[in-house]
Amino acid sequence: MTNAAATAAAGLGASDWLAAFERMLEIRRFEELAERLFYTGEIRGSTHLAIGQEAIPVGARLALRDGDAVAPTYRGHGWALAWGIPLEEAFAELLGRDSGSNRGRGGSKHLGSFRRGVVVSNAIVAANLPIACGLALAAKQDGRDTVAIAAFGDGATNQAVFHEALNLAVIWRLPVLFICENNQYSEMTPIRAMVGVERLVDRAAGYGLATRTCDGMDVEAVREAVAEAAERARGGGGPTFIEAATYRFCGHMPGDAETYRTREEVEAWRARDPLAVARRRLVGLGVSEADIEAVEAAAANRVEAALDGARRAAPPSVDALALGTSPFMEVTR
Amino acid sequence: MTVSTAPSPPTQRTLTFRDAVREALELELARDPRTFIMGEDIGAYGGVYKATAGLLERFGPERVVDTPIAEAGFVGTAIGAALAGKRPIVEIMFMDFVLVAADQLLNQAAKLRFLSGDAVRVPLTVRTQHGVGAGTGAQHSQCFEAFFAHVPGFAVAVPAFPADAKGLLASAIRMDDPCLVVEHKALYPIKGDVPEGEYLVPFGQARIVEAGDDVTIVAYGRAVHIALAAAAALREREGIGAEVIDLRTVVPLDMETVLGSVRRTGRLVVVHEAHRNVGIGAEIAARVGELAWGDLRAPIRRVAGLDMPVPYAQPLEAAWLPQPDDVAAAVRAVLRST
Repeated sequence: MTNAAATAAAGLGASDWLAAFERMLEIRRFEELAERLFYTGEIRGSTHLAIGQEAIPVGARLALRDGDAVAPTYRGHGWALAWGIPLEEAFAELLGRDSGSNRGRGGSKHLGSFRRGVVVSNAIVAANLPIACGLALAAKQDGRDTVAIAAFGDGATNQAVFHEALNLAVIWRLPVLFICENNQYSEMTPIRAMVGVERLVDRAAGYGLATRTCDGMDVEAVREAVAEAAERARGGGGPTFIEAATYRFCGHMPGDAETYRTREEVEAWRARDPLAVARRRLVGLGVSEADIEAVEAAAANRVEAALDGARRAAPPSVDALALGTSPFMEVTR
Repeated sequence: MTVSTAPSPPTQRTLTFRDAVREALELELARDPRTFIMGEDIGAYGGVYKATAGLLERFGPERVVDTPIAEAGFVGTAIGAALAGKRPIVEIMFMDFVLVAADQLLNQAAKLRFLSGDAVRVPLTVRTQHGVGAGTGAQHSQCFEAFFAHVPGFAVAVPAFPADAKGLLASAIRMDDPCLVVEHKALYPIKGDVPEGEYLVPFGQARIVEAGDDVTIVAYGRAVHIALAAAAALREREGIGAEVIDLRTVVPLDMETVLGSVRRTGRLVVVHEAHRNVGIGAEIAARVGELAWGDLRAPIRRVAGLDMPVPYAQPLEAAWLPQPDDVAAAVRAVLRST
């Protein structure tokens, strides 16, 4: 057994669990505030939240190294924050501020910071998969042992480019991890009505990928699955498809009437809320209730302070409207 | 006696358009280790039009990558590699197939630099070929350059001559933003003088291919040759002096050269093989109308592919395609309406 695999198998200690718990709390609080910001009109357009899915980006990041880049989707706040985009920069982007991670040019759907390993989050379903393949191809050409991650939902597995990307990754043995956050719903439609297989991993297996399922509500389970896949990829063994079972406790977007599911179903999944799972583990590992509550309060305070800071930041100057345009765009009236 | 310090002009040889493309690829692959090419049947087979023949043998399978038939997948892969510092050159076998990869081209490559807040670049070059006249039918002939002019993000070259095919492609590969170079399937065998060694043609510089005082004909790609045939006939048989401008790039548009000519001639005919409706010709006509209205002595005319699918049968295809006679008729019409 290699060192990485041994570490993965050894499980998380109390300090790792505590760090993961803090990060998940930050993401949860960030998204709860984002929903509020949408209703107050401070976030324009829409925002797509992943409340309930926090264990997947946080668990994945625990298994990976600096330099392992992720290409997330428009439901990607958790990935952006797990990869180290500061809370205030992320809020500033949601609020359309010049200090935002994308200088206010992208908004909630497009959080990105390439120097931190976050590709511009993609608002076209499954479009990020081949882009992650390209990151992996470049790493392979350069002889780097980094891996690339494409994170996406169950609905993405019905897009043509999903299938193209999986096949490309296999034939070129790319060091890429396809992490499917199966939250059971393809926007507002049950995924089981939209696919002809019981398990989404079976689709990937058909292309010759290594596959894994894991409990997407448990940081440790996600970390273990991702560590195994990363180990394979770094060793030249090619891509892995991971299906992480999870659930979105919020709607597809604010205002979603959620007529497609029952209250009972939501409550059943709530019992497995990744924050509750983490909390139980912390108690089991001997962390006191008082310490846990202190961590919760501190995380909430950090997130609220970050929002205050972002709110005070200036919007982009219209004089810089052309920032990021190529020389061939005609930015004149 | 004066001693010139100017560099001596590069040696010219006669090359086919195809070999000029191939030479640009070979030189850039040799010059910059970050470049690589990918596409369908481009490696072992050398490309359906043989523009990549021999490159696999010289540069190996890491730099000359055969892909599955999956345009969206491999264009997206090229975009990811470009983000990571590579300079991919992708061949899309027929321009009709860009629609299969349209999301990756126009939603991704064209926007990622902007969406990142100017934090990343996408130095992607896409080569493809378009064009009517070889009997390739409605899904292997189309000229979609106007799509790429409409959506901001791509610089678009459409060379008409072998030297420009080399020089524009080399410039495209060296640019830090997405570029599209559209070749024409009927032009691959044509020959012309091509400078040896490094040769760069800048984007955004049209060229007056033939001078004339009576009317300006603006064209790009193979339509330049159609315009030149019309201009020769008009000059010889009717004494009409048509100035033919080869745009060379449709993004950016060199309106300075077009306007300079129209201000002298007062008359404009735009010729392209792409459909007329909402095409490059419409854009040029609008800009000339906005910027040189007072200089126009006649209404602007467009000569373009018909606004219907490209037919297969030879006489129908020939009727679809703008011919030199159609251009000559448009020239006579603008001269009459003066």
